[in-house]
Amino acid sequence: MGEARPYRSLRTYLIGFALALVLTAVPFGLVATRALPAGQILVVIAVAAVVQVLVHLRFFLHLDLRTTPRENLLALGFAAVLICIMIGGSLVIMFNLHYRMWV
Amino acid sequence: MLGRLTLDALPFYSWVAMGGALVTVLGGLAIALVITMMGKWRYIWSEWLTSLDHKRIGIMYVMLALVMLLRGFIDALMMRAQQAVALNSDGYLPPDHFDQIFSSHGTIMIFFMAMPFLTGLINIIMPQQIGSRDVAFPFLNSVSLWLTAAGAGLMLVSLVIGKFSTAGWTGYPPYSGAAYSPGVGVDYWIWSIQVSGIGTTLSGINFIVTILKRRAPGMTFMRMPMFTWTVLCSSVLMIFAFPALTVVVSMLALDRIFGMHFFTNADGGNMMNYVNLIWIWGHPEVYILILPAFGIFSEVVATFSAKRLFGYPSLVYATAVIALLSFTVWLHHFFTMGASANVNAFFGVATMVIAVPTGVKVFDWLMTMYRGRITFHPSMKWTLGFMVTFVIGGMTGVLLALPPADYLMHNSTFLVAHFHNMLIPGALFGYFAAYMYWFPKAFGFTLDARWGTRAFWFWVVGFYIAFMPLYALGFMGMSRRMEHYNIAEWQPFLVTAAVGAVLVLIGIVCLGMQLYVSIRDRDANRDTTGDPWNGRTLEWLAASPPPPYNFAVVPEVRSLDAFHEMKQRGEAYRRPERYEDIEMPKNSGIGVVIGVAAGVFGFAMVWQIGWAAIGAGLVILAALVVRSSQEETETVMPAAEVKRIEDARFAALSASRREEVAA
Repeated sequence: MGEARPYRSLRTYLIGFALALVLTAVPFGLVATRALPAGQILVVIAVAAVVQVLVHLRFFLHLDLRTTPRENLLALGFAAVLICIMIGGSLVIMFNLHYRMWV
Repeated sequence: MLGRLTLDALPFYSWVAMGGALVTVLGGLAIALVITMMGKWRYIWSEWLTSLDHKRIGIMYVMLALVMLLRGFIDALMMRAQQAVALNSDGYLPPDHFDQIFSSHGTIMIFFMAMPFLTGLINIIMPQQIGSRDVAFPFLNSVSLWLTAAGAGLMLVSLVIGKFSTAGWTGYPPYSGAAYSPGVGVDYWIWSIQVSGIGTTLSGINFIVTILKRRAPGMTFMRMPMFTWTVLCSSVLMIFAFPALTVVVSMLALDRIFGMHFFTNADGGNMMNYVNLIWIWGHPEVYILILPAFGIFSEVVATFSAKRLFGYPSLVYATAVIALLSFTVWLHHFFTMGASANVNAFFGVATMVIAVPTGVKVFDWLMTMYRGRITFHPSMKWTLGFMVTFVIGGMTGVLLALPPADYLMHNSTFLVAHFHNMLIPGALFGYFAAYMYWFPKAFGFTLDARWGTRAFWFWVVGFYIAFMPLYALGFMGMSRRMEHYNIAEWQPFLVTAAVGAVLVLIGIVCLGMQLYVSIRDRDANRDTTGDPWNGRTLEWLAASPPPPYNFAVVPEVRSLDAFHEMKQRGEAYRRPERYEDIEMPKNSGIGVVIGVAAGVFGFAMVWQIGWAAIGAGLVILAALVVRSSQEETETVMPAAEVKRIEDARFAALSASRREEVAA
């Protein structure tokens, strides 16, 4: 077990690195080639960003639902709630304003 | 070579501005001269500026806050004087200068008075309260201090070289954009809060880790003193809210420097998103300032009522609920933006809901005093003054939380009166209470109670006379930030408000007198026991001032009010059988280097001096590399030295007991 660790850890880092590259390349490629309409590109970028965060947490920070201590997950959950409030709230507010001003 | 910086930057445009610059420069020179004459530079450098001791860092934070309080208050006095005379006339301040003054007043009071005061108090007290020898990251603490000081330094420099922002303390675009504010003012605002904001984020991380990891054995979450709880919640707010500020202000800087369009109407930008983002930080910021003050009031009320804090669990839950809710109300700062009724209603209701946990707290404090043996120490007076005054401010806040009412009072002096009514009693009175309560812990002698009481009365009466007229003026239709006006009915109210400001000035003079008198008579007011008020929490266990390591033996906690319980069991002053070596952080000048470089970086960004900005950035990077590769960052105090300090402490303790018995 002790000797298997570095290998496994290197493998996780490489998987994480590859995923991070793909998740970065796809949005950049879409914007460069305009393969999709602008609205859909925005959705893809947003999804790629969220998945990117999860990849970092899983492969680089080694967070895991089973092995990570509960209070760390709790802190992460709290952060997720706050981020949802901030970003979700901002989106609601700005789209609502846009609707009332321009549509 | 020097970017936008030329000789025109010197303040020869108005006598008042030149006076301010002269006072700043001469004040700095006078302090430097006094230190040189006393030959204290080496002492100040090696014992204070480079210190990583949380108590000394805290004291330096509070000193910075008091200096900036003076500066921010002079701004307030000048605005009150201008508005008192500017009926159908220009008064004595040109509009551009008046706008700089209200912008710097707000910026200083929030970022460079309240935040350092708060951070300083937390630094001095919180580690001792949880039975720890230091914060979790002492070096990071020093970096935070010097980043904050660098930001404050930029504020002071803006008084002498160039002008400060005229865009208010929140710097709304499009006015703060490059098109309408082409000068350096907004850049000074941006970089001073950027530099200090990073320091605050780092402080927040430091405090959270300290509280989570460094508590004395036996101190479970529900045995943590109330002040520590509020610090925990406030630090959580710091690390989640301050990044929003850093981001939004960076975006404004990108708009200004590189002509981007985040907040201009061109190319799909939207200025209201700036307002949205800055209040995502701005509203939690209010609670960052107020929650620890609630903790201070809780400690003071329990100690000076000689009773256990009433409803401790409800206070803990109320604090946590306020912290969470503070992230759900930011839109109430811009109800008039034009969002739909549903959006406004949601945020209005959420705002009113916050009044509930706050009300719980007020009742808890009242019930703590009920049938208590109350000592009217000045700290207790600040607390009582807070309770009455803050409730009034809270009620005007509930009024403003109604969107239809807000449409009438938005940006009027009613709003100005409301938030001063929250922050002066809710934050500043709390910090003053803490200052007078914990001063003997930091310096070893108590502050004079008579001058403290005088300061309290002048502050509280001055506050009412200064701000109650502003409520009325708001109803009479006066908007905030007016340089002159032509409505004669307003003037009597504004003159009254100016009188109130003068009373507050006398209050500040009383604070100065208190400090002077207390230092003069310090030998008569020594705190030899370390426990001058019959305290209940662990910080009173150590000597006053505590030794560098705080606790020779880390105390074991068995209940809430751990120290009170130790005294009950007669175990508080038990001499340990043997002492151990104690590891402590070595002093380090790298924090100062980083702070100075950050200040130079900010200055270079303001004036767009590219090479200086790059150079300062490299210095910061190099400093971090040097620090990371240092191996021996700790020093060991040998057990014999600890024993010598502790023996002296026990000798002093038994001497003061004998005196008590004899008396």
